[in-house]
Amino acid sequence: MLRTVSVLAIFALATPAVAQDFDGHLKARQGMFRIMAINLGIIGDMAKGDAEYDAEMAQTAADNLVAVSQTNPLVLFPEGSSSEALEGTRALPAIWDNTDDLLAKWSAFGEAAGGLQQVAGDGREALGPALGPVGDACSACHDEYRASNE
Amino acid sequence: MIRAILLGLAALACLAGAAGLWLTRAHPVEAARFEGLTGDAEAGQTLFTAAGCASCHHAPDAEGDARLVLAGGQRFPSEFGTFVAPNISPDPDAGIGGWSLTDFASAVIRGVSPEGAHYYPAFPYTAYTRLEDQDVADLWAFLQTLPESDAQSIPHEVAFPFNIRRAVGAWKLLYLRNEWIRPAESTELERGRTLVEALAHCGECHTPRDALGGLRTGAWLAGAPNPSGDGTIPSLRPEDLDWSASDIAYYLESGFTPDFDSAGGHMAAVVANFAQLTAADREAVAAYVKALPPE
Ligand code: HEC
Ligand code: HEC
Ligand code: HEC
Repeated sequence: MLRTVSVLAIFALATPAVAQDFDGHLKARQGMFRIMAINLGIIGDMAKGDAEYDAEMAQTAADNLVAVSQTNPLVLFPEGSSSEALEGTRALPAIWDNTDDLLAKWSAFGEAAGGLQQVAGDGREALGPALGPVGDACSACHDEYRASNE
Repeated sequence: MIRAILLGLAALACLAGAAGLWLTRAHPVEAARFEGLTGDAEAGQTLFTAAGCASCHHAPDAEGDARLVLAGGQRFPSEFGTFVAPNISPDPDAGIGGWSLTDFASAVIRGVSPEGAHYYPAFPYTAYTRLEDQDVADLWAFLQTLPESDAQSIPHEVAFPFNIRRAVGAWKLLYLRNEWIRPAESTELERGRTLVEALAHCGECHTPRDALGGLRTGAWLAGAPNPSGDGTIPSLRPEDLDWSASDIAYYLESGFTPDFDSAGGHMAAVVANFAQLTAADREAVAAYVKALPPE
């Protein structure tokens, strides 16, 4: 009995310490997704007509998306950093049961970003059709691996 | 959502005894009402897409065109058990190919099976009950054009007392209403209202529920806990959602928020459906959302 209590006490102490350890990982992966959203936004605003089309800007943003897609995201998702274990993250525990699928969804994003990269400099009209698959790739992963807003 | 509904059903199972079996009996539609109607499959396709029938009735993990095979089998788990969507393909044995239009109408607008049993409101007939009769006939005509599947429907795994369908009769007395929730002062707002309140059942996810699992229409679209337990489904009321009408229409088309985050959760399926509708329909929904009053 006493032993159980002390084991529990250790856990109680351990949790916040571990949470601290992953602070950088949470910031990094959420920052990475923000980088993606900002670059996508540059192109999306042009596609919507909210911003003037600028071939060079559009190309730079698409190149950035492709560059991010070529990194391996798993290093930012260490075991124990799910929304169940920690505050301040929406990464669902299902990620760690399906890392292969997560990587497949990540490469689907890379492929769609590549499609966007090819046409980004070709004028405003080319953007919309190439954005569709990118949005589908983002949603497909959020659908399964990200919780709704807290 | 399902949890709240089931808690309500448990309470109402007791009530059903008191209210009397007569009050809780099933109310199918009268056969004569649909006799003269001929459905238009093309119009039915738009209704089908907006209503999201395939999102729940396609086989688990179906992709692309396979989503039009309404074999059923997707599971909707809750603390009290699991509902499994049935086969509603035109297969005469495994699906609903042997049904009449009247059977179908009773299911979709009254939540009543051909045998006269109540369906659980996990099937959102609480929204579809606001459809026009012609819409129901059009939907039925479109369903006939879809592929057959001989997959057997899987029984729900719902234990006593939640398995008492009769209790749903009492629940319906309280919550099955076909009046509109919001006024609509223009043709565009009327179209938006049909899409939001009757077809796309936005309220089923975005509106909080009371203790018996009924939608709190006073807090219409004001946000709700996510039934899957993951976070909160956002409010669409003006004090919470400051997006412009074109932001909302663009989100329904592309899944992108104004800062280019991308929709997830159950909203991804809604976006996939709305991307196939016309721009005018997405704008009508946006106009409806922008016309919501502050809470
Ligand atoms: C392979 C899966 C995956 C793909 C692909 C993906 N995301 Fe995400 N995204 C996530 C996960 C998981 C989180 C939650 C991270 C967290 O909270 O720790 C997230 C979070 C985000 C966030 C919120 C970041 C924050 O500030 O908390 C944004 C914005 C976002 N994603 C945008 C995008 C966009 C835009 C795309 C497509 C270009 C995309 N994501 C593609 C998995 C993915
Ligand atoms: C099956 C449940 C479901 C239905 C039906 C549904 N939604 Fe949603 N909705 C969600 C979820 C879950 C989110 C959060 C998405 C995320 O996590 O990225 C959401 C997000 C949204 C947002 C973004 C709000 C924000 O602040 O980010 C809007 C706008 C929206 N929904 C509008 C609608 C409209 C309009 C309808 C009907 C046409 C509808 N929804 C139907 C579940 C649903
Ligand atoms: C949110 C998920 C969901 C959506 C959306 C949905 N259904 Fe269903 N449906 C169900 C579930 C769950 C059942 C089982 C209800 C029960 O057994 O009480 C069901 C049952 C049915 C049945 C009865 C089948 C039988 O064998 O008795 C029919 C018919 C049906 N749905 C048609 C439709 C149509 C048409 C639409 C679109 C207009 C639709 N459904 C949309 C979940 C859904």
